[in-house]
Amino acid sequence: MLEMHLPWLELTVLLPLLAAIPVAKMRDRERAKVVSIAVCVAVLIAACCEWFDFTALRTFEAHDHWDVIQFLFRRDVFIVDKLSAPLLPLAALIYLAAVLTTLRTKINRFSLSWTLVAEGILLATIACREPWIIILLLALSVLPPWLELRKRQQSTRVFLLHMGLSLGLLVVGQILVSSDASISDPPILAGCCLTAGALIRSGICPLHCWMTDLFEKATFGTALLFVMPMTGTYAVMRVVFPIAPTWALQSIAVLSLATAVYAAGMAMVQHESRRFFCYLFLSHSSLVLVGLEVATPIGLTGALCVWLSVGISLLGFGIVLRSVEARTGRLSLDTFHGLYEHTPFLAGVFLLTGLASIGFPGTIGFVGTELLVEGAVDIYPHVGLAVVLAAMLNGIAVVKSYFRVFTGTHHQASVSMVCRPTERIAILSIAILILLGGLIPQPGVASRYRAATEIMNRRAESLVPPPPEETEQRPIKTANTNHHPME
Amino acid sequence: MNLESVSHFLGLVVVASPVALLTVLGLPMLLGFVLKESIQTTCTKVAVLFGLFAAISILALMLTTGLRYVPIELGNWVSIEAEHFHFHLKFVFDRLSVPFTILSFVLCGTVGAFASVYLHRERGFSRFFLLYAFFLLGMIVSSLAGTIETLFFGWELVGLSSALLVAYFHDRPGPVRNGHRVWTVYRVADAAFLVAALAMHHLTGEGDFAVLMGSGPWPEGTTAIGPGAALAVGLLLLVAAAGKSGMVPFSGWLPRAMEGPTPSSAIFYGALSVHLGTFLLLRVSPLLDESLFLKIAVIALGAVSAVFGATVSRVQSDVKNALAFASLTQVGIITVEIGLGLHYVALVHMIGHACLRTLQLLRAPSALKDLQLLEDAVGTHLTGDEAQPTRSASPLRLWLYRFALERGSLDALLDEWIVRPFLLVFRVFDRWERRWTDWLTGSSSRESDRLAPYSDRLEDVT
Repeated sequence: MLEMHLPWLELTVLLPLLAAIPVAKMRDRERAKVVSIAVCVAVLIAACCEWFDFTALRTFEAHDHWDVIQFLFRRDVFIVDKLSAPLLPLAALIYLAAVLTTLRTKINRFSLSWTLVAEGILLATIACREPWIIILLLALSVLPPWLELRKRQQSTRVFLLHMGLSLGLLVVGQILVSSDASISDPPILAGCCLTAGALIRSGICPLHCWMTDLFEKATFGTALLFVMPMTGTYAVMRVVFPIAPTWALQSIAVLSLATAVYAAGMAMVQHESRRFFCYLFLSHSSLVLVGLEVATPIGLTGALCVWLSVGISLLGFGIVLRSVEARTGRLSLDTFHGLYEHTPFLAGVFLLTGLASIGFPGTIGFVGTELLVEGAVDIYPHVGLAVVLAAMLNGIAVVKSYFRVFTGTHHQASVSMVCRPTERIAILSIAILILLGGLIPQPGVASRYRAATEIMNRRAESLVPPPPEETEQRPIKTANTNHHPME
Repeated sequence: MNLESVSHFLGLVVVASPVALLTVLGLPMLLGFVLKESIQTTCTKVAVLFGLFAAISILALMLTTGLRYVPIELGNWVSIEAEHFHFHLKFVFDRLSVPFTILSFVLCGTVGAFASVYLHRERGFSRFFLLYAFFLLGMIVSSLAGTIETLFFGWELVGLSSALLVAYFHDRPGPVRNGHRVWTVYRVADAAFLVAALAMHHLTGEGDFAVLMGSGPWPEGTTAIGPGAALAVGLLLLVAAAGKSGMVPFSGWLPRAMEGPTPSSAIFYGALSVHLGTFLLLRVSPLLDESLFLKIAVIALGAVSAVFGATVSRVQSDVKNALAFASLTQVGIITVEIGLGLHYVALVHMIGHACLRTLQLLRAPSALKDLQLLEDAVGTHLTGDEAQPTRSASPLRLWLYRFALERGSLDALLDEWIVRPFLLVFRVFDRWERRWTDWLTGSSSRESDRLAPYSDRLEDVT
């Protein structure tokens, strides 16, 4: 396996974990925030460097130079591949944006040290491919939100029950998986347990209520940081995808599609902004799962593109909503608030990010959504149209929320609603990413297509093992390539 | 410099001018700067004039050289060669797109000049011109689209800008609700369009209109798909067109759209936006020719819309709504013409109607004042003073009157049969979810239920 030039992966994982200790001890919260921002910036830079370094290597997977963990345990724990390479910077960006936009008034209720710990755990999860370690890290990542719920004296039952069930199923499933499990000889029971565990973590309907409950009870920032990186989807890709037969994946796709439509419909009837956001996110993350599980190069490429586009656009959407909430309190969607005149910048970006998430032309989500729809329709011509239905409902819900929050009345403000410079920087950066990704989509799509074909080829190799004398890796035709034969 | 490079350059100018306008007006807003009104109007004028000049030059070129089809290839915006997936950027100048493009520039230019005075010192001046730039770009891209994906791109831009302009006076709930209603209808139309586009892609493997509608220049192409498939795809496109043009049963958004400022009503719902649906039908006319049932459906929809529009417009009590339904009548007739295969008649009708309606709508706000001035000049009341004697009306007449007054209750029917059941189902699901989480929690699980409607608070409720 090729090595990167520096230990970027270890750096991205260890930096926030180590920095969490001094940040926790700092009494001056302002100083702690500055240090946290600096650490998050450093992590983002390291994650971007890892991505560039990895891309320059032109390989499917690579590991760190001076890999200390490999030296100590003789195991390649942290490996970056084409799937995870862009997800690391995305995760780092999510944390940086959340910390940057945390206002002084909220700093006492949003734990910066636990945020850094959660960032370290998340980056370790994404940088890892070993199923057992991923399950362990998924379990650890439950800690920060759980501690926050306890601190806020909120009930943790719904959250813990679902997370416990998810982790329990993942553990049982992984125990049942034999070492020689493959797609051609799938361990059905183990696969079912692993799938169920990962899907609960993704918020699949009807076991999604932990997500709405978390948004209801935790701080917006913590809830955002817990769900936004889509660790459940990542677990599906790492734990389920390598051993699940195509029919199983396509069954998951149908389930995810139902969740996408259900969540889009639920977003339309919500009375409160956080719950609305939660359902909007759930619908989109389910659409990502749909694309991943249709198991065709086009669908997979679309899903990988939408993973990034939804990550960026709904991050912006959530951050804007959080910024508005920080100034007004939680927002009812039953009435108009008319905040546009006070904060046109936030209003504009709210609309831009919301539209980007539904794949509006000229934004980062457009091409990915087109590919995803194409992939879904390839497999299920009729059911795939539900993706269009979900996108339609999400579009209506996004504009409705824009109208409710920013228009409809003349608002008399008692406090200034003007964005702080740090907020403006974070939100503007996300807006620029959305527009650039929308106007110049080819590099991103090409990169995600290469990742998709590599993933499909590896699956195909597992399905039909090459003869022993054949060493050269060769792309193999995958299921349903009637319209789009791979070359 | 040969003919091809000249036409390519001019074609690029036509498309680039609204893009440049959008960039100039949009970027400063995103960065938090406010441009002066004069700068915004000047930029608008320059962009429209450049685009119009280039479009007329192409028309002149086509007329002098006898060219009927000038494609402007900009290459693949996105391409995955191995999967034969292309997002091809291609613009086409032909007998359909050139008149419609010129019409778009002329009417947008007129309305831009009108709005610069009409909206002078309005708080939303910059917002209006930004949405105007979005609309112009959407119209030009839709008019010139050489592939179905490109048409969808423009189609969506037109939809968003139209909905936001209906909600232009956004500190009142009425326009905002109407804007949302328009957006919802447009989303349904967009979904139908997207499904039709996907179906066409799967049937022919291409999104290029030249392949979809045959190689002949418009309107003489022959579609590459069979009658059955043509019927299915055509019906979806008909739904899309009906939504965009406010035809039955989506006509309810037309009077709602009149909540926007007069310039936007004139340009968008009276002239251009309302014709985009019929433009789409004209663009895919070879597809309509493939299926008799489809033609009958088009004619029936057009006829019903025309009769409905004519009936309803007669009882409207304000001039903008009367004009809106009068537009619907004409749009219905244009649709009938398309269904009958009278493509050139439909095109000429569309252009004439758009110009007339723009003039009428722009004159609407000052019509009353002009009448009073005229009466002052003449020295007598011209009309309207004599009370009409009461006439007995037959039950049918009364029913028709009520039907027209309630605009066919189309909105109410859609609400009753589609929106309400949909919301009801999901509210039931929401209740079930609440009970489930309450049971798991052992107490009330939703703090958001206790959330009061907006109150001025600095801190969170939690």
